[in-house]
Amino acid sequence: MNAVNFKNAIITSIVFVILASFMMGVQLVPDGTGLAITFADPVRIEALAIALAVLFVFQLFRSPITSSWQTFRNALPLPEQGLTEALQAQGEKHPRLKQLTIAFVLAGLIIWPFYASRGSVDLATLALIYVMLGLGLNIVVGLAGLLDLGYVGFYAVGAYSYALLNQYLGLDFWSCLLISGLIAAFFGFILGFPVLRLRGDYLAIVTLGFGEIIRILLLNWTSITGGPNGISQIPKPTLFGLEFSRRAKEEGNIPFHEFFGIDYSSGYKVIFLYLLALVLVIVTLWVINRLLRMPIGRAWEALREDDIACQSLGMNKTAIKLSAFTIGAAFAGFAGTFFAARQGFISPESFTFIESAIILAIVVLGGMGSQMGVVLAAIIMTVLPELAREFNEYRMLMFGLLMVFMMIWRPAGLIPMKRPHIALKDNDEQSSSASRKPAQAA
Amino acid sequence: MSKAHPLHANQPRPLEGVLDMSSQNKKQNLLEVDDLTMRFGGLIAVNKVKLNVEKGQIVSIIGPNGAGKTTVFNCLTGFYKPSDGRIRYRGENITGSKNHEISLKGIVRTFQHVRLFKSMTVLENLLVAQHRHLNTNLLSGLFKTPAYRRSEREALDCAAYWLDKVNLTEMANRDAGNLAYGQQRRLEIARCMVTRPDMLMLDEPAAGLNPQETKELDELICDLRDHHDVSVMLIEHDMKLVMEISDHIYVINQGTPLADGTPEQIKNNPDVIKAYLGEA
Ligand SMILES: Nc1ncnc2c1ncn2[C@@H]1O[C@H](COP(=O)(O)OP(=O)(O)O)[C@@H](O)[C@H]1O
Ligand SMILES: [Mg+2]
Repeated sequence: MNAVNFKNAIITSIVFVILASFMMGVQLVPDGTGLAITFADPVRIEALAIALAVLFVFQLFRSPITSSWQTFRNALPLPEQGLTEALQAQGEKHPRLKQLTIAFVLAGLIIWPFYASRGSVDLATLALIYVMLGLGLNIVVGLAGLLDLGYVGFYAVGAYSYALLNQYLGLDFWSCLLISGLIAAFFGFILGFPVLRLRGDYLAIVTLGFGEIIRILLLNWTSITGGPNGISQIPKPTLFGLEFSRRAKEEGNIPFHEFFGIDYSSGYKVIFLYLLALVLVIVTLWVINRLLRMPIGRAWEALREDDIACQSLGMNKTAIKLSAFTIGAAFAGFAGTFFAARQGFISPESFTFIESAIILAIVVLGGMGSQMGVVLAAIIMTVLPELAREFNEYRMLMFGLLMVFMMIWRPAGLIPMKRPHIALKDNDEQSSSASRKPAQAA
Repeated sequence: MSKAHPLHANQPRPLEGVLDMSSQNKKQNLLEVDDLTMRFGGLIAVNKVKLNVEKGQIVSIIGPNGAGKTTVFNCLTGFYKPSDGRIRYRGENITGSKNHEISLKGIVRTFQHVRLFKSMTVLENLLVAQHRHLNTNLLSGLFKTPAYRRSEREALDCAAYWLDKVNLTEMANRDAGNLAYGQQRRLEIARCMVTRPDMLMLDEPAAGLNPQETKELDELICDLRDHHDVSVMLIEHDMKLVMEISDHIYVINQGTPLADGTPEQIKNNPDVIKAYLGEA
């Protein structure tokens, strides 16, 4: 404990008192036509005092605490660190093993919904939507290094594109999936143009603004979007024209259960939506995996690493940034379309800033640029709050805590990104076969 | 691997003049700079600098720290927009062109402080640099069309060739940020070379290298000029290196041109001696 620690402790406490007294110490209570300020009840004041004491002591003894935490960590055999690395190394050495594992996991994911409860399948579908959003934002934030706080705007564009195209033009889910993706990409493109001159914090603030503009536009353009009432009765996706409702909504359509001659069950619809989301996620994973190993993916990362060096090598900074923005937005568009179809009802309320924050948290938590990390984080971020329903009020607080612990524990994310290992042509024997099977290199 | 790489041998070069160098040597001005001036507010960092680089030459810029050498490079490569003056590259006016446009024309540079893509592997650094030579079509990349595979293969071959050249083959799949300093310097030069430039600008490439590494660098630079068709512009403080390899030397002092000539002339120029001794 030294003077610096003491100063830190004092400053932290003062900041805490100021923030806490405004946020938690006083309350506005309606009083006739006006508002009155009342003080919080003694229990809360007591709790705040305890928090203050803890904070003060922690700051004061910060270095001994963190150093003992370090020794504690070093003493632990921490399997996680070694485990993912070991698994990845195994996958590298035995491509067959990797393929086999993927096949097993896939089979498990496909069979699982038929045995799981309806609620958990529904939750898994939601998690898959977030996986898709996380993967899309990962392109922009994790790979290209552009902090985008308005990603939810493109999600909204996708959802509303489907809802409106269906309502006004009667287009079905499958054609809208493509169109909405393109519309969202287009929005990403035109919004990207003016903002991509900015860097870092400025970019973050402007994208935040764009996200809000889109939401407010949807909220106020009542004649088209229905404003706060949203749009309801958005049709569910069909399987080659087969509907999953009890009776066909559209003339000439046959419900799924009649076609196969089985009894109607609302469970089929839930399972179908889950499987559809799974397919979308797999396609997303595949596309992004390819992109990563393509010139464009490498350019994104290079731009994140050093944009000055990029330019000096003849790469067009704006074009590369714009491509990341556009492609990232397209995935949000796909996710949005699926979301609208699954919910059957959308309103601007589903696309608030908090959604952007959650998606960003998924990317950071999982590990910037890491695909598997994002998948894992998306599952954690959607399933955990469901499991801990009673703490719903403290959800944001828990996210915050989680983030703080992540920064201490695994600053690079749950599963940090791993660089692809590219085999050089190392001898002539391989080079002659290279033309026949060059895929090995990728 | 001593033979020139096929990719480089086949490359069409508008100004092919290696064979009849003797007759054209004097006339082929690759880069002509006139009255280049760069002001930062009140500070005149570069004042009416005149430069001339002929094809196949190694031209050095020397001068004390803060003389404005790096600023000249920044102006030539489009990082700064010159306040005044003209830059002509192969007779074409490139004054004020954008950074990446200039490098697409074949002028690439290294930096005084190494700028690698640190968390990418050595090999990836070299692949990124070949961006414009690659098949960047999204669909052909997604579905790995034969044309796409061929272009990736070529990029890998080219990277392998240069890795071998700068002795980094072993490090191909290491993160660039983990290399030793001398290796990072070499990688930066290799990264320039895979873009297949006509003009290479090196900003203090020997800074921080040990004598052995400096000697290798000397050989590498000469090899680049002799066998890879690049002209080199060099900023360097290592006088031994500069005097050994330069065809022509420009001396800048406080932004103003002080002298220029062959290494012999510069060595014996009283102004230069004074400027350097005055500094030390
Ligand atoms: N971007 C800039 N803004 C203001 N002054 C600059 C800038 N870049 C360089 N300078 C100034 O120009 C002068 C020359 O710098 P520099 O070209 O880096 O010198 P050298 O490379 O010869 O050591 C220095 O006085 C430096 O402070
Ligand atoms: Mg300098």
